[in-house]
Amino acid sequence: MNPADPTRGAARRLLVIGVGNPHRGDDAAGLEVARRLQERLAGIGVGGDSETGAGAGAVTTAATVDIATGEGVDLMSRWEGADRVILVDAARSGAPAGTIHRFDARRETVPSSFFRYSTHVFSVAEAIELARVLGTLPHELAVIGIEGAVFDAGGEISEAVESAVRSVVAELAETLDARD
Amino acid sequence: MTEPAIRSTRTIKVDTLARVEGEGALLIRIQNGEVRDVKLRIFEPPRFFEAFLRDRDFREVPDITARICGICPVAYQLGSAQALEQACGVTVDGPLRDLRHLLYCGEWIESHALHLFLLHAPDFLGYPDAIRMAQDHPDVVRRGLEIKKTGNRLMQVIGGREIHPINVRVGGFYRLPAVADLHALVEPLERSLEAAIDTLRLTACFSYPDFERDYEFVALSHPDEYAILGGRLVSNRGLDIALEDFPAHFDEEHLAHSTSLHAYHRGHGAYLVGPLARYNLGFEKLSPLAREAALAVGLTPTCLNPFRSIMIRCVEIVHACEVAIGIIRAWREPPAPSVEVSPRPATGVGCTEAPRGICWHRYTIGDSGLVKDARIVPPTSQNQASIEEDIRRFVAAHLDLPDEDLRWKCEQAVRNYDPCISCSCHFLKLRVERT
Repeated sequence: MNPADPTRGAARRLLVIGVGNPHRGDDAAGLEVARRLQERLAGIGVGGDSETGAGAGAVTTAATVDIATGEGVDLMSRWEGADRVILVDAARSGAPAGTIHRFDARRETVPSSFFRYSTHVFSVAEAIELARVLGTLPHELAVIGIEGAVFDAGGEISEAVESAVRSVVAELAETLDARD
Repeated sequence: MTEPAIRSTRTIKVDTLARVEGEGALLIRIQNGEVRDVKLRIFEPPRFFEAFLRDRDFREVPDITARICGICPVAYQLGSAQALEQACGVTVDGPLRDLRHLLYCGEWIESHALHLFLLHAPDFLGYPDAIRMAQDHPDVVRRGLEIKKTGNRLMQVIGGREIHPINVRVGGFYRLPAVADLHALVEPLERSLEAAIDTLRLTACFSYPDFERDYEFVALSHPDEYAILGGRLVSNRGLDIALEDFPAHFDEEHLAHSTSLHAYHRGHGAYLVGPLARYNLGFEKLSPLAREAALAVGLTPTCLNPFRSIMIRCVEIVHACEVAIGIIRAWREPPAPSVEVSPRPATGVGCTEAPRGICWHRYTIGDSGLVKDARIVPPTSQNQASIEEDIRRFVAAHLDLPDEDLRWKCEQAVRNYDPCISCSCHFLKLRVERT
């Protein structure tokens, strides 16, 4: 990548992070969104990313698409330096499967009950709240939660979630294209 | 939900949590003011993994088993790699072993830091969670995040990736780290070592419940180091065995009417693994600065209070930082990132000290390098019986509390063990059955 490239500085401006667990059914929703966005971006010659989280930087759109496990402290370091972040994750709130929840993390608290990571560590919600307290939230942080139904080990994503994933991918692809 | 006072059965029951497969289940039955039953399900043994490892190529095992635990993948990668190396008659020694040790230091640092600062410290500072603690103590939290970051960086440089290292293989590594990248870690390690000592002083001022038990501690023991990568298995009740003799001395039992597995030292009973066990059994092998820091805050080589494990984890962070700095300073690059490993039909064992305690692996390789049999014993499931006993005693001392407060107390008792469940503030939905 040419260091003199004027879009290089912009590469960190918009960061889409797909969060989830690929081995637990609908928990892969956020990852699927990110993966398909990466494919789309790759299709038009723009850098996407692998699980290493090293943003490849964009050429025609000033955006990076990352994949993350959803571990909160990891998320906090990934969005360091990004101006605008869109987080996509599976949600579990009891709403009908495939429901797309949206939160503007700068203006509201994200309910932790929606986005449980494993029982292990901070989830998306806790990471956001901690970053808010420490003053390290990105300028813009949108959270998209795709309501899941089935989270069994080894399962595929369910139909309702698949449909929501497609819809979010289409919407975000437009957002990314629109930032030229 | 608490039943009205006329019903004297309180059932404390925990349902499965979102995104977690049946972990976080706690049932307490209280009859006539006495704790009758405590059933805790905090970790599901990796039976699924043991099954689907069969007929996989032996080289796939470290990467597959790493998925058992998102927070301590290195423990699984190294335990399985060493077991398979033993089966194939290979020993990974010298600089490659040092590199494994370094990687493992990274895991201890980041795992302990995460638990200590974000999960455990709020209990002692009187906050329901780290976020509220951060409002009043942002510097403490920032310090914790910095230390965790150092651990992550160590894992990234050697393991190739922070969360799930991809560089570990049977025989060593796929790639050696760049020497400059290793040396760049010294400064953050030195800062984290100081930060950990400061934190130890802070934890020394916490108020600790007066709670001690005469545990049987089980840990690895090694002649030359605070055991982490291997050694013999020892206890404070006379156990001293080679790794392959583990099944002859330890049983896993499914209790009647319970879905959880309890581990017992045959002829003895429940036992404890993890930082408290390591500390009590291997204090004199801690790094000089770790020993000095421990003694300076009033700890002695014996510590029987599980609530003080927060201090012990801090001591282990100091130790891991000092050991890591030493390895990097003495680092001489080996000629190759791994040694040759040719599979043969044989059985091998490996056991390492995950942040939470001993993690024991045994594999049998069959024909064509395919796995015929796998057995994995993680640390948290070994602690299950001890944790239940702790809860039983702790609850007995707080029976008059309403369920909500009782749940909080139980969570604190469980958090001492940093099991693979203690992350969220309210991971136990307690149901108390009182009759």
